[in-house]
Amino acid sequence: MLQSIVSYGLAVGAVYALIGITYNVMFSASRVFSFTAGMLGMLGGVLGALFINKLGLPAIVGLVVVLAGGAVLGVVTEFIAVRPVLKSIEQHLYVLSTLAFALLVQQFTAIEWGTDAQPFPRLIPIGEGWLDQKFWLPMLACALTIVGLEFLYRRTLVGRAFLAIAEDSYAARALGLPETRLRIASYALAGVIGTLAGFAGAQILLAFFGNQAILNFYGFVPVALGGMGSNRGAVIGGLALGVFQQAANFLVGGIFASVAVFVVFIIILLLRPEGLAGASTARRV
Amino acid sequence: MTDVTAPSQSKRTRAAPSLLARLEHAAPWLALAIIGVALPLFDDSYIGVIAQRACIYWILCAGLNLVVGYAGQIAIGWVALLTLGAYSTAVLTAGKVMDAWNPYLALLASGVLGGAFGVIVGLPALRLRTFYFAMTTLGFATIVTQVALAWTEVTGGGVGTPGPEFPWPFNPEWGFYYFCLLLAALATWMTANIASSRYGRALIAIRDAEVAAEASGIAKPRLLMTVFVFAGALAGVAGGLFSSLQSYITPDAFTFDLSVLFFIAILIGGRGSILGPLLGTILLTVLPEFAAPLVAWSTFLYAALLLVIVLVIPGGIADLLDYKNRRPLQQHREIVARPELLARVLDRSKDAKPGAIELKDISLHFGGVRAIDGLDLAIRSGEVHGLIGPNGSGKTTTLNVISGYYAPRSGTATLNGAPLPFGAPHTRARYRIARTFQTPRLIGGASVLQNVMIGGTIDGHAGFSEAMLSLPRHHRDEKALGDAAMIALQTVGLETLADVRADRLQHSELRFMEIARALMLRPAFLMLDEPAAGLSAEEIRRLGALIKAISREGVGVLLVEHHADMIFDVSDRVTVLNLGKMLAAGTPDEIRSHREVVNAYLGG
Repeated sequence: MLQSIVSYGLAVGAVYALIGITYNVMFSASRVFSFTAGMLGMLGGVLGALFINKLGLPAIVGLVVVLAGGAVLGVVTEFIAVRPVLKSIEQHLYVLSTLAFALLVQQFTAIEWGTDAQPFPRLIPIGEGWLDQKFWLPMLACALTIVGLEFLYRRTLVGRAFLAIAEDSYAARALGLPETRLRIASYALAGVIGTLAGFAGAQILLAFFGNQAILNFYGFVPVALGGMGSNRGAVIGGLALGVFQQAANFLVGGIFASVAVFVVFIIILLLRPEGLAGASTARRV
Repeated sequence: MTDVTAPSQSKRTRAAPSLLARLEHAAPWLALAIIGVALPLFDDSYIGVIAQRACIYWILCAGLNLVVGYAGQIAIGWVALLTLGAYSTAVLTAGKVMDAWNPYLALLASGVLGGAFGVIVGLPALRLRTFYFAMTTLGFATIVTQVALAWTEVTGGGVGTPGPEFPWPFNPEWGFYYFCLLLAALATWMTANIASSRYGRALIAIRDAEVAAEASGIAKPRLLMTVFVFAGALAGVAGGLFSSLQSYITPDAFTFDLSVLFFIAILIGGRGSILGPLLGTILLTVLPEFAAPLVAWSTFLYAALLLVIVLVIPGGIADLLDYKNRRPLQQHREIVARPELLARVLDRSKDAKPGAIELKDISLHFGGVRAIDGLDLAIRSGEVHGLIGPNGSGKTTTLNVISGYYAPRSGTATLNGAPLPFGAPHTRARYRIARTFQTPRLIGGASVLQNVMIGGTIDGHAGFSEAMLSLPRHHRDEKALGDAAMIALQTVGLETLADVRADRLQHSELRFMEIARALMLRPAFLMLDEPAAGLSAEEIRRLGALIKAISREGVGVLLVEHHADMIFDVSDRVTVLNLGKMLAAGTPDEIRSHREVVNAYLGG
């Protein structure tokens, strides 16, 4: 039982962590919390099942097409739902515009793909039991993403420009950094990471339009608790959330597990609105 | 985003509105009432069901409108309270768990329960940022549905539970419709009353200019909680009616789509309006019925509509209807203040004891930066105290310490000898300490008059429920506040713009509007943060005369300014700051010839 709690919990937790990173990548580039993070995760599963199961593409081609689709959607999000409301960010219109866009995509999926959860193929027949692919694939995806992001941010010029924008977009613009293009690139990157999360976790979560709301919430919990913009917080928080959820699932049952997660989340946020590792609030006057 | 379109809006005294204007105002309400009452003439039960649903949705949206449209809190999961109300009415009347209740009593209980849970759902709004709060309400919606699904012995789980039928006199189809219509009308009346009261104005102030709301003495937690109770109770009642309308409820009936419908209905209608969201609710309820093939696509269409609204017409229907605020304003307006009216505005004869705010050895750090370092300062009644210094010398910070936004690391502050506690900016209004801001904090969606009336919020006597029920004390409040605000506007010279939406004003006019708002508090002390910034030379001269006149009425004025000429003209004493430290203090003449000041700040 312990094995299955840990393996299943870490697998789901890795998906949450990746969705959390998706939130972070978009937030760092634009100071926008976007409801499209869960949407990307949901689409990773649905599009993967569509390309591989329905259209019969080879797994690797399917993955590439899914990730490319995610990147395109990320860019579309930036154009439609983010850029038009950026100039009045203090009005928080982005909450509404990204919600509306994510709902549009979700409803389209529900109508065209169906509202039933559909199976996702087993791609790599390695491992059995608690070492099954469906458990290690999400963790592998998460590890690769972290390594990739670290490399991008620390070793490449573009990555440093991302960091500069995240730190102070005004100053970065004054230095001549192409803020708009970097923002578009960030949203494309978020699209890739989000769909990768959904793709890797789809054997567990299935190809299901309802995953959007679930991933939106459980992907947000770790970043809210770990501090917005902190990928380390997202990974630690995501994995912990996954394991906690599974343990509670086994011990007290599914409903109470969700209630427990929610209650803990609310209480921590009420006590520490900036998250467990967050900084204090900005000056208001 | 308009002057609140409410049936019971208090008529201002200065010019009785013409019959035509009143008719124009009441026409849409009258039309809706006639359609509502006459609907059974169609004798079509299908129309009846749609109409019942529209009424029930509106009962919920009426309350939610105060939360979303007025207070600006993005509560997207409000369907949780509809679910709660529906199940509590259904379970109480079914008699499975305990003795069966009378449906009317059960409906009342659902309202009470809804109010209690409204607080729980709303509580995070006090601490959390917008998106975080939106997420928590979403979480609530999910949790409530899951509990309904899992708690089989009470809710019937996925199978569901039957809803009640209301007994005489509201029993069969149209009887139930009239019951819904009656409650919807009641909900409209109550929310319209609240919206047009000082509480409604305070909600908009929290939405558009939270800092200014605090400085006017509005305690956000208490007000928001009250509104959450109200909105929760209405949602609970709506849920009870919904369970009867559905005649059988399952968790499937309460999808997130429904929450989206409520939320979008309000935004389509426009923030800060009652009529707009009402029309929006009717529109969204009725629309899918006319286009049956579109039913599957309805949420898709709502989402598309929301995107269009946010990107193209953020003001919603109300903005489209608000043709008055599209009429061009007169060009080249001139502000001529009338200081001779000050005595009437300030009315300080009763409690005009001279006193002082005294700061002793105040130090405040931001991280490693010493923003203020051992400052002594006294603001005395009847005097203008000028505070000058280069950028970053701690002028505004000093003002923020006095008005309670920052708590210094060390030092003391006293008001008329008694300690003035640090922090808690919303308590300053009670001490009659008023202020303006470096960038004017306007409530853009409200009229200039309403912006000014905000300043007198703490002088209202009627409680929330008195305002809600439009009792006499509320009307006396409104008349007193309206009259006082009009005189304050005349004093600063903005009376012709009273009905104009504040975000259409010029920068200089906003500065004078903020002063009028501060005067509404009948302040003992007034702190002005760079009031002359962006004003023309002539306007600065008039402003100076006004400030002087205010102090001569016995008000202690702290004037933070960069215009040295104005400071020396107007001030009785001047303190010069540099890098958080006091560089010099004395009369204007002493400061003007102070060598260090001339070197550091004024220039040779």
